[in-house]
Amino acid sequence: MSIITTGNGRVSRNGSRGKKPVDPVDAGVRWLDMRLGIARGGRVFLDKIFPDHWSFLLGEIALYSFVILIATGIFLSLYYNPSSADVVYHGAYAPLRGVHMSVAYASSIDLSFAVRSGLVIRQMHHWAADVFVGSIAVHMCRIFFTGAFRRPRELNWIVGVTLLTLAIVNGFLGYSLPDDLVSGTGIRLAFSFVESMPLVGSYLAFFLFGGNYPGNGDILPRFFIIHVFLLPLVIFGLIGAHLGLLVRQKHTQFPGHGRTEHNVVGTPMYPQFIFKTTGYLFMIGGVLWAMGGLAQINPIWQFGPYQPYKISYAVQPDWYMGWLDGALRIMPSWEFVGFGHTIPFEVFLPTILFPGLTFTLFYVWPFLEAKLTGDRAEHNLLDRPRDKPRRTAIGAAALAFYFTLFCASSTDVLANFFQISLNSVLWFFRIAVIVVPIIVGFVAWRLCHDLAGTAGAGKRKRTNIITRSATGEYDTIRSDRRPGDGYDELEPTPVPAFIELGESADPIGAGEGTGVRRIPRRV
Amino acid sequence: MSDHTTTTEEPTRSPVAAFDDPHLRPYARHPKRAEAVIAVCLLIGLAGFVAYGALYWVGGQTQWEGVFLGVGLFGFGFGMSAWGKYLLPQGPFSEERHTYLSTEGEIDAMNNAVVGRGKMIFHRRGMLGMLLGAGSAVMGVVLAFPLLRSLGPQPKKALFVTDWKRGKRLVDITGRPLHASDLQVGGTLTVFPEGYEGSSVDQVMLIRAASSDITTKPGRETWSPQGYVAYSKLCTHAGCPVGLYQEQTQQLVCPCHQSVFNVLAGAQQVFGPAPRPLPQLPLMIDSDGWIRAQRGFAEPVGPGFWERS
Repeated sequence: MSIITTGNGRVSRNGSRGKKPVDPVDAGVRWLDMRLGIARGGRVFLDKIFPDHWSFLLGEIALYSFVILIATGIFLSLYYNPSSADVVYHGAYAPLRGVHMSVAYASSIDLSFAVRSGLVIRQMHHWAADVFVGSIAVHMCRIFFTGAFRRPRELNWIVGVTLLTLAIVNGFLGYSLPDDLVSGTGIRLAFSFVESMPLVGSYLAFFLFGGNYPGNGDILPRFFIIHVFLLPLVIFGLIGAHLGLLVRQKHTQFPGHGRTEHNVVGTPMYPQFIFKTTGYLFMIGGVLWAMGGLAQINPIWQFGPYQPYKISYAVQPDWYMGWLDGALRIMPSWEFVGFGHTIPFEVFLPTILFPGLTFTLFYVWPFLEAKLTGDRAEHNLLDRPRDKPRRTAIGAAALAFYFTLFCASSTDVLANFFQISLNSVLWFFRIAVIVVPIIVGFVAWRLCHDLAGTAGAGKRKRTNIITRSATGEYDTIRSDRRPGDGYDELEPTPVPAFIELGESADPIGAGEGTGVRRIPRRV
Repeated sequence: MSDHTTTTEEPTRSPVAAFDDPHLRPYARHPKRAEAVIAVCLLIGLAGFVAYGALYWVGGQTQWEGVFLGVGLFGFGFGMSAWGKYLLPQGPFSEERHTYLSTEGEIDAMNNAVVGRGKMIFHRRGMLGMLLGAGSAVMGVVLAFPLLRSLGPQPKKALFVTDWKRGKRLVDITGRPLHASDLQVGGTLTVFPEGYEGSSVDQVMLIRAASSDITTKPGRETWSPQGYVAYSKLCTHAGCPVGLYQEQTQQLVCPCHQSVFNVLAGAQQVFGPAPRPLPQLPLMIDSDGWIRAQRGFAEPVGPGFWERS
């Protein structure tokens, strides 16, 4: 069998038309090329090089979680009904029979218990949402600590920050839809957050909810259409832009053998990357599906239907809202009253101003850093975090800050668990949220300096093998060089224009057993 | 980028014979073994899919569904990724980054097009430009009406009032009126004005304390007959129901953000982020023993907002 991929469609078309028997691939490519001219650009696209580094898979987790969210979300939307009309439950879940509840809650219960695989898919959707936001956050850390946001990629950083924001908002909206006691409390809080805004707050809250809380029943249908249509559409478009910019600007890469600012080293899109990444999609799907089946999340049937006068103990939002909840808990009660008006800073500051400032800081960071360092050059090679102590320290301090706030969202649980007064826990966090980031930042800064000064830091060590002879003499031998040591690495080569497998060539057995030319493994 | 795009003539037809070049050999040191492992992975995938299908067919079971399809998908994906990595050449391959920067001339031409054509549009058409700008601005504003204003009513006085009126009887969630003999000292109940059972803004915590313990604020001497005190159940912090009553300390605790209020002293906040005491509802007990509101709340209930003075 012979596979020939043509490099320059136009020339070979003139050269070879009519000479070969009809080949379906050839016929298809020609048909499309005559209409769209796909061969030249398509070939370049298939040759697109993807660098191999585990940290590049973090963004893929986010992408594939989104794919899974769409797939499971479509399934759920076939059963869920966002109406807040009151019904008496008579469905599959016996303990709730005879209880008054909203249609939304009843349909959420029934899609969990009366629809086959419904519970797995609902839980998978919830897990996938948590993983989606989490992988975006970790991916963003990778981009930040390696300086991948620098010129020319500031625009893609901005798109990414927007995606993080929308993912958090859409996660909150989805969490609110089942209308159980816990999610209903979340909606109640959302009303108060909006209401806390000076000047426009009560107007916006009344418009959004169709009246004073709990509103006229419009809020669930509104959240629903935003959650399943509006925001997914925007997220979908922005992911397209994110990947489009990536193709246009090409990947960054870590410095290494044969890698420069002017090339990209790795494996091509087709077939290596396509195979690896599609397999990765299935692996992520498998993990999330198994979690959906085995790891219970948000057991709404235990919480009961939402009633405005009911509340459950130890209520906490999904993890990605934890930093806001923590900020809300440790914020002192600084309500401003004067001039005939009230500004509830104890709510407005932690829930509106603080996230606003946070995301503004994220948005402007690439430009801020360029201004502070004066480095406005184009960068395609990534930084090792240890080589940029100040940026790494700032990033570590910021992570410590948000993580401390996240922990502060469980003040009541901690106080209960350790049997200490809530007051002490609260004051601990009020102090920790300032002190911990300073310590973490300083330690990170010191570590970076120490690591940067260590010879061979980040390089593979060669083991010293100590042997003892029969007479008791000790001897030290250095082990063989290992792949990835920087020796014996092949020079990067362009993807060959033509590959021909001979009749006898056995792709699987090739090279085996000869022991002559072992290919060093690349790391 | 590969060299083929720079070739303008008949491309080199001499193919790279696979596996002569170390770049093009499989990554695995022992491809046969790798193939066997991949085959096992794909088989696990296949088995998992079949098992899930069969389980679904016979009725389904959440945990086993998770195991079968989860393991199946993971095995299938792992096999596929391993195929892409171990049985295919890993190079290293490279492509050049070609600059996408435009030349100075192209940038100038673009600038000129934007500015020059812009001038062409607006030159001596200042009035049209103003009309265009004014029209766009007004269009933007009026389009916001249906997008925003239609969504709901104006707040007006809604945040300032509740359904508690003079003489309203206190009822529980089922609508049963409360009699002075209903609660023991230390007892507590969520109550509503008669006819508004379950209403969010009207929810009130009714607590019966020992009369001697209560420290009344000036002007509230008659508000807590026979030890009955009533406070709005909406937290003044973020509006959660203040649902936890600690009898030993006589405190109301909000489970959301742990604001703590002293029941015996006008629900004064003693701890946490709440900025104000819970508004107190003045109570009275009529000649038949029914507990009634003396009048409505003297201040807005719930969290703070701009219009509150």
